[in-house]
Amino acid sequence: MAKYLLLKHYRGAPAPVNDVPMDQWTPEEISAHMQYMNDFAARLEETGEFVDSQALAPEGMFVRYDGEGRPPVTDGPFAETKDLIAGWMVIDVDSHERAVELAGDLSAAPGAGGKPIHEWLEVRPFMAEPPTITE
Amino acid sequence: MTSRVNEILLRSLTPSVLAILVRRGADFAAAEDALQDALVEAIRVWPADLPQDPKGWLVTVAWRRFLDATRADAARRRREDLVDEEPPPGPAPTVDDTLQLYFLCAHPSLTPSSAVALTLRAVGGLTTRQIAQAYLVPEATMAQRISRAKRTVSGVRFDQPGDVATVLRVLYLVFNEGYSGDVDLAAEAIRLTRQLAAAIDHPEVAGLLALMLLHHARRAARTAPDGSLVPLAEQDRGRWDTESIAEGVDILQAALARDRLGEFQAQAAIAALHADAPTAEETDWVQIVEWYDELTRLTDSPVVRLNRAVAVGEADGPRAGLTALAALDTSLPRHAAVAAYLHERDGDLATAARLYAEAAQKAPNLAERDHLTRQAARLNTRRSR
Repeated sequence: MAKYLLLKHYRGAPAPVNDVPMDQWTPEEISAHMQYMNDFAARLEETGEFVDSQALAPEGMFVRYDGEGRPPVTDGPFAETKDLIAGWMVIDVDSHERAVELAGDLSAAPGAGGKPIHEWLEVRPFMAEPPTITE
Repeated sequence: MTSRVNEILLRSLTPSVLAILVRRGADFAAAEDALQDALVEAIRVWPADLPQDPKGWLVTVAWRRFLDATRADAARRRREDLVDEEPPPGPAPTVDDTLQLYFLCAHPSLTPSSAVALTLRAVGGLTTRQIAQAYLVPEATMAQRISRAKRTVSGVRFDQPGDVATVLRVLYLVFNEGYSGDVDLAAEAIRLTRQLAAAIDHPEVAGLLALMLLHHARRAARTAPDGSLVPLAEQDRGRWDTESIAEGVDILQAALARDRLGEFQAQAAIAALHADAPTAEETDWVQIVEWYDELTRLTDSPVVRLNRAVAVGEADGPRAGLTALAALDTSLPRHAAVAAYLHERDGDLATAARLYAEAAQKAPNLAERDHLTRQAARLNTRRSR
C-alpha cells in the first residue's frame, strides 16, 4: 500500500475545461457537486482506501522567526499568490495507477450545467517508511 | 457494552465515585486514572453480570486499582508501603463534591481545550479514545492533553470554591464546538449541565441548560438530508422537539423570575422567542431586539451587536438593519453574510450576491461556505434569467 495526496487548488493549477465559478452555478448544480464529493469519499471508505480529507480557508499568511525575544514576523495574506491550495484528500492505495484512476474520478465531479469540471488535481506520493528487508 | 442504559448509568456515577476516592485520600490524578481502569473493567464485566450496587462496585474496583498503582509506584521508588488495605472512612461525599469536581476541571489555570478534555473525562466518564475521536485528534495527543491538565490542577485544593462562570464556559464550548465520533457531545453537554444544575442553585446554570435544550430541540430541522444547512426561517418547525422546548422554556421562566439576569438567560430568552413562533413570519422580532439590547448591556460583544442588526432588520425593516450594521467593524466574522442578507431583503440583489460570494470566501466551516455559495448562486441565476 502507498499513500497519495490528491491536492486541489484554488489557483495555480491549469484551467479546467468547465471553468465557471461556483457562485455562478444554479443551487441544484451545487447540490449535485456536493453529493458527488460525498459519495466519492464514502465509496473510498468502503473500499478501505480513504485516509483523510480536509478543506482550507483561502486566506492565510506567512510567518517567520525574527530573532531571540522578538515576536514572529508575519506577512500577507497575499491576494495575488499564484499557487493557492484549497484542500486535499489522502488515499492509501495499492498502486500509482489506482491513485491516478481515483484522481480522475474525483476530477469528473459535475459543475456548471451538470457537466464534469475536468479540474486538474495534483497527485503526490507520500515519502514511505524505509522497508524492513533491504537485500 | 450491550446496553446504552448501562453506559449512561456508569458515566452518571463517575463524579461521585471520583469524589469518594479523593475524600479517602487519593490525589486527584491517581484517583482519576484508577477510576478510568474501573470503568473499562465495568464495560467488560457488567453486560453479563450487572452488580446489585453499581456504585459500590466501582468504588471497590477503583480503590483496588489505586492501591495497586500506588504500591507499584512505591516499590519502584523503594519506599515503604504506607497505604493500608482498608480504606480510611473519610467524610461521606455529597452533591458538593460533584460541584467541586466541575470547578477543578474548569480551573482558570487550564486552557479551554484542556478544561474541556478534563471535564469530559473526569466528570463525564468518557474514555480518552472517545474524546480524541470527538475532537478529531490522535488518541496519544488527547492522552497527553489530559495528563498535562491533571498536572496543572494537582496543587489545587479539592475543597477550594470555584467560579461557576468558568464551568459554564467549558460546558458551553462542549455544546457549541463538538464535532463527530460515536459520542453525541451536544447531548453530553446537556447531561453534564443538568447534573450541575442539580448540584448548585444558580440562575445562569439554569439559563445555560435552557439555552442548550432550546437549540438542541431544533437539531433535526437544522440540516437537510444532503447535509446542507437549513436557516432558521426555512426550517420545518414540525420537526422541532416540542418536549425539549417545553422543558427549556419552563427552566428559563423559573430562572428569569429570580431577577438575576445573565448572558445565558438572555440568549435562552431569544431562543425561546424563536421556538415560540408557529411560523417564521410570526416571530416577535421587537422583543428579540429588546433581548439583544440586554445582551449588549451584559456582554458588550460585537458579535451580539451583529446579531442585533439582523433582528433590527426584521423588526424595523432592512434599512434600519443596515444602519445598525454600518456602526460595526466590517472585519467582524460573518459581517459580509449579514450585510448580504439585509441587502437582499432591501431588494439590492446584485450587491447581495456579491456579498454572499465574499462571505463564502471568509466562511469558517464548509457547511456555512456551501450555504453562502448557494445563496450567491440563487441570486445570480435568478438575475440572469
